Formats: sequence, C-alpha cells, structure tokens
Amino acid sequence: MGRWVDVEGGGEKSGIVKRVRLEYFAVLREQAGVSSEFVETDTATPAELFHELRNRHGFTLTSEALRVAINGDFCGLDNELCEGDEVVFIPPVAGG
Amino acid sequence: MTFWLSDHPIEGSREKERLAHPGAGAFVSFEGWVRNEHHGRAVIALDYDAYRPLAIKEGSRILIEAQTRFHLSGIFGIHRLGYLNIGECAVWIGASAAHRREAFAACMWVMDRIKETVPIWKKEYFADGSSHWVQGAG
Repeated sequence: MGRWVDVEGGGEKSGIVKRVRLEYFAVLREQAGVSSEFVETDTATPAELFHELRNRHGFTLTSEALRVAINGDFCGLDNELCEGDEVVFIPPVAGG
Repeated sequence: MTFWLSDHPIEGSREKERLAHPGAGAFVSFEGWVRNEHHGRAVIALDYDAYRPLAIKEGSRILIEAQTRFHLSGIFGIHRLGYLNIGECAVWIGASAAHRREAFAACMWVMDRIKETVPIWKKEYFADGSSHWVQGAG
C-alpha cells in the first residue's frame, strides 16, 4: 500500500507514494539510458511524474510534445496515477 | 487483430490472399519502402521500434474504422520492426472493396492515421555515421 509523505513548509502532506513502472522508447530511452524502470513517486498525474523524471534523466522533450499511455491505453497527462501503473510516455510518433 | 507487427520481411503477395472476397471487385495495396534521403541528408537505414501492445491496438482500431468508413470487404496491415536497409518494405496496407475508389481512399486514409497516432518510431542512420530518432510524422 502507499504511504503519506510529509513535506517541509507548514506540515503540508504531499501525495501518497506509489510504485509505478515506466517503459521508455526512442529518444526517451536513449536519454534515460534504460528501457524500463520502477520508480517510487508521490506525484499525482503523469504530467507531474514526467516533470520529476525530466529532472532526473535530463529529458529534452517537454510534456507538451508527449502523449502518455497507462496500462496499455492512451490517457490524459492529467489522469490520476495509481499504485502499480505501467506508464509509457510517448514521444512524437514516426511510423510508416 | 487486423494490424500486425512483424520482425521479418513482409511478403505482400501472401498477405493479399486474406482479402479476397466474392463481392470485391477491387484490391489496392500500399507499401512503404525505406528511402535513401530525408530532409536533404543521405539515409542508409532505418531502425523501427514500437510500444507493441498499444501499436497493435491502435493500428487495429484504425483499420476497423477504415473498414466501416470506406465500406470495405476487407482490410489488413503489417508494420515491420527492426533494422531495415534501403528499399525494404516497412509497412504494408491492403484493402478490398466492391469498387476501386473506396479501396484507394482507404489505403491513403489508413496511412495518414497510422502516421498520426500509432506508437511506432524510427531511427535514421545517415551516411556520415550519425543517427537520430525522427520526431513526428515525416
């Protein structure tokens, strides 16, 4: 189960810490240096999670350029993030 | 599923057999081939990758929509993944219909949609030894 995390500054609580699995493709995989990873995060949405990962891995893409899929389906960047989610940030596609 | 991913060369002549139908007077196929140039730079190869479960799901969704939209007898598509040399077939789309107008239009429409939303990416390898992931439909 998740646990609450206290953050400094007036005793405000951040979100529940969740363990999610990221899978990376294309330029994100190159920049992360891994094809997948588990992260523990107290972010609430994919947009917030990407901001956190962007700082960690030095991604050059911004969230405006991305789509996201959770558990195998496209969803919004402001979707709720849940424990155990499989998250894939999708760089601009280039099939065909 | 009507949309497959393949790690092996696509044989179009074999794939089209699945689209034969007594009511179909027309069959149209499209093949996307690896080209030797992009934005003025000499390309020697492409390497395709995909988020496979969603690529299959989204590609199939597009083909099923095309079947309805263009009143097709049948439709099928395969996208190749992996390292492809110049001239190799990266994608095959086939459509059969009562008449040619729908079959031609369906192939064009499907390719436009695939390039917009299916989670497939390609890395270009250039003659000067550099490479980069193409970003966005090209």
